Amino acid sequence: MSAFETFLQGTIRTATPLAFAALGETVTERAGIINVGLEGAIIAGAFGGFVTAGFAGTWAGFAGAGIAGVLVASIFAFFTIRLRANQIIGGTAISLFGLGLTATLYRQIYGATGAALSIPTMGAMKVPLLSSVPLIGSSVFEQPPITYALYAIVPLVWVWMYYTHAGLGLRAVGEDSRAAAAAGIPVRRTQFLAILFGGFLGGVAGGVLVIAQSGSFAEGMSAGRGFIAIAVVVLGRWHPLGVLAAALTFAAASALQYLFQAMGWTIPYQTFLALPYVLTLLGLAGIAGKARPPGSLGKWQTLD
Amino acid sequence: MTAELALFADSVVRAVPLILTGLAVALAFRAGVFNIGAEGQFLVGAAAAAATSIKLASFPGVATLIIALTSGAIAGAFWAAIAAELRRRFHVLEIISTIMLNFIALYLISFVVRGPLQEPTHIYPQTESLAEAARLPIIMPGTRLHAGIVIAIIVAILLSWIFRNTAIGFRIRAIGAGPRAAQTAGMIDVERLSWAVFLWSGAIAGLAGAIEVSGVTFALYENISPGYGYTAIAVALIAGLNPLAVIISGVFFGALETGASALQRDFAIPSSIAGMTEALLILATLAFAGLRNRSIGLSGNER
Repeated sequence: MSAFETFLQGTIRTATPLAFAALGETVTERAGIINVGLEGAIIAGAFGGFVTAGFAGTWAGFAGAGIAGVLVASIFAFFTIRLRANQIIGGTAISLFGLGLTATLYRQIYGATGAALSIPTMGAMKVPLLSSVPLIGSSVFEQPPITYALYAIVPLVWVWMYYTHAGLGLRAVGEDSRAAAAAGIPVRRTQFLAILFGGFLGGVAGGVLVIAQSGSFAEGMSAGRGFIAIAVVVLGRWHPLGVLAAALTFAAASALQYLFQAMGWTIPYQTFLALPYVLTLLGLAGIAGKARPPGSLGKWQTLD
Repeated sequence: MTAELALFADSVVRAVPLILTGLAVALAFRAGVFNIGAEGQFLVGAAAAAATSIKLASFPGVATLIIALTSGAIAGAFWAAIAAELRRRFHVLEIISTIMLNFIALYLISFVVRGPLQEPTHIYPQTESLAEAARLPIIMPGTRLHAGIVIAIIVAILLSWIFRNTAIGFRIRAIGAGPRAAQTAGMIDVERLSWAVFLWSGAIAGLAGAIEVSGVTFALYENISPGYGYTAIAVALIAGLNPLAVIISGVFFGALETGASALQRDFAIPSSIAGMTEALLILATLAFAGLRNRSIGLSGNER
């Protein structure tokens, strides 16, 4: 496989969990809620997916991953919507909680030093015809089915968000909760469901890491993807298609190392590891003034 | 010397970085700056202290120590300044930028301990050890308890005094309580003050890293922080963002983590239970604050 093909493959591989998580967060943020606890949902999904897939198979594993994400997100929803807790602090706590909980459960169930347990990963599925195209065929069109699912879900969310009544309601809540409430939209229920949806996709993202990629669970394996996903939502300007593009761009930056290594560049490898984060910061600075967040994002508005 | 005394000393040793990073978080949160980057600021502070201390080996010990601690604080402030500038100029949410900077700091350490600062034999990914004379003195003979705890307590008292008795302290509390009201009142340049608070917060976290290198590890390596900068958020919140209370909650969390390690060793209970407990304590604090519908600092966003 050529360096370019490895680069393409690495890009798609890194983008998949990131895009799932970022897509879910997009929906949450369009309802005016910023869920910094996404990291917690991802790691919970990774653990839930690992446990479920171990005895019930890969697709059930993704369902288990999604449900684990929903459970974690529902705690966040309870704190921010019912108790009106600060979203940033509540989300940070949920992230720490998810990381601590999964590490504890994993060590308790499988032993702290136990041999690395692994589950069979989801096999790749070739797209007929396209997978035999030279150069891009085997690197782009031979993916685990969950990757294709992502590229089907993104346009669905886009159409739902922009061309349905419910999607309009979601965006109205995020822009101005009070006006939305005055128009008869159930604001709190919308926000609650948007958080759960974000948690579900966050969980699936964790499931992808385990079920479609590594085949095993490791403590802290979410490795900050939840926070990167939140940055990706900004870079994608809160639009499902933009967010997918931003996730692919971030992933391509991460995968650049394969290209540079092939060219024989002798740069410390940590440069490549840090590069995506540096680019994200530059991207966030560059987008300033061009993208406008949902009007009531992160702000609690009383409805009366 | 009894085992209990050693355990107490270990808890306090563990508490030093938690108190200082906790103070960094408390200061920032008080002003409504969500600095989640104490971890990265701690790391660059540790790196700067190790670098200066090793490069200045020919200096007298005390001078080296003071320069190392100062450069740690400056490095922390510099790391925070990146996020502060991104916030001021480009309105980048500091919660995102500081977390990105945490990762970058981690890779920076990974690079320096394998590159420019690697120990002379080039076998281990760590720096050489700091000169004996340039280390923080032990204040309880026979234990690992070092003078860092004194510095931590001084910083806490200083912050508490600033909050209570100075105009700057009042302004910081005012912008934390409601930036718009503070701006409208006219006497506060909110942008500028938040920027300054952000840098001071970074300086304190950087100092924490410098103290950890000079008082505990005596060398820089990749896993020098087991997540102090994240635990710091719990430390600060449990203390209600009160600097003096941070000392108590820092010691409490130090004991919790030291105890969790002992639990794992003696009873095979996963030490990660400490992390979970910390998160639950933050949530409990939030629930308490939320139920009482308090709006300052802890619960609720701008209404």
